[in-house]
Amino acid sequence: MTKQQANWSPYDNNGGSCVAIAGADYCVIAADTRMSTGYNILTREYSKICKLADKCVMASSGFQADVKALQKQLAARHLIYQHQHNKQMSCPAMAQLLSNTLYYKRFFPYYSFNVLGGLDNEGKGCVFTYDAVGSYEKVGYSSQGSGSTLIMPFLDNQLKSPSPLLLPVQDAVTPLVEAEAVDLVKTVFASASERDIYTGDKLEIVVINADGIRREYMELRKD
Amino acid sequence: MQFMASKQPENSLLGPESDSQRTLYPYVTGTSVVALKYKDGILMAADMGGSYGSTLRYKSVERMKPIGKHSLLGASGEISDFQEILHYLDELILYDNMWDDGNSLGPKEVHNYLTRVMYNRRNKFNPLWNSLVLGGVKNGQKYLGTVSMIGVNFEDNHVATGFGNHLARPILRQEWHENLSFEDGVRLLEKCMRVLLYRDRSAINKLQIAKITEEGSTISQPYSLKTYWEFSAFANPAQGAVGS
Repeated sequence: MTKQQANWSPYDNNGGSCVAIAGADYCVIAADTRMSTGYNILTREYSKICKLADKCVMASSGFQADVKALQKQLAARHLIYQHQHNKQMSCPAMAQLLSNTLYYKRFFPYYSFNVLGGLDNEGKGCVFTYDAVGSYEKVGYSSQGSGSTLIMPFLDNQLKSPSPLLLPVQDAVTPLVEAEAVDLVKTVFASASERDIYTGDKLEIVVINADGIRREYMELRKD
Repeated sequence: MQFMASKQPENSLLGPESDSQRTLYPYVTGTSVVALKYKDGILMAADMGGSYGSTLRYKSVERMKPIGKHSLLGASGEISDFQEILHYLDELILYDNMWDDGNSLGPKEVHNYLTRVMYNRRNKFNPLWNSLVLGGVKNGQKYLGTVSMIGVNFEDNHVATGFGNHLARPILRQEWHENLSFEDGVRLLEKCMRVLLYRDRSAINKLQIAKITEEGSTISQPYSLKTYWEFSAFANPAQGAVGS
């Protein structure tokens, strides 16, 4: 029997799910607050949501240390942008910055699965969804993280996403009213918590609209 | 050990050039640290063992140290890396004092600094092989956080490293509550440390409990916990299966 060698991985998956839904004049971004490692829960109250700009919020799940570093990077870059342009970054601009930041580490990626949500320059809701190395797309809604496989099909069904193959290209921004979208998000997380062991504890919901940013919480299953 | 270091292990993270300066595995290690918030501040406990693999090599290792005026750092994992971290923090606190501006680094700031250090070392594939617990009080605000060797960090009302996550956290989740008295906090920590003593192979029965409040920090003299071994099953362990 060979001697036991210690080894380490630079990555870990701290779990959790994120969702964002874009509406005509609002955007809902939500994520659970559980942080895990392996079969252990590290803490039940960790926020995965970060406000990057006035009307732009990001939710990320994956490896927490990379997520934190990514959030810090974007916040720092946003500050520089504000100094140079004397204005806040728009959501589409931040979306491009996030993509570039992720691709910059293409060969030692940020293990971070992100959804970016906010209002564009016209005040219409927008959601951008990413993979770990920066490929992104503007969509009407998205989910990422450990529960995304459970959540995404349900959102597809409820939000009746038009086929991307149709021409002319139809906007997937939902006609739902803000309260209905928030309710849908709550339902979706309650369901995901039932079957995904990494999703649960508490749900944090952030709503961006013309009045500003509002935060809401809901208890989820703790098992 | 010199020759072994240059041999490439199977699951190698090294490139074509074998960098013998990188940490591959820990040598002298400390086991769990457990900490909780109580009414006046933070209570932290750690035993004094330094294991060299399965050998209990050192039995008076202080794994908790005060940092500046407002913080307490506890570490598990490689002891030499802990000493290196203390050296970095010495310099950090020195520079902070040299500003002489009446301000001083609080536990939140020290925790953030440590997180960045751990994460940066992980990025260079040369980690500090520690799990750290950082607790403190500043301006009445209690703070308790932890950071792992790859930079995963968070704060909570109670934290633990290593085996403490498996054995102590469940006890703390059940019995911790806001505004614990000092006596209750110590009793709760001792309960956790006793379970760890029974069940963690690398734990030893010589521990210290550290306290930090707005007034300052104290680390207790080493002492040992009472244990109970008189269960009848222990008296004749092979009773049910003689010869095994």
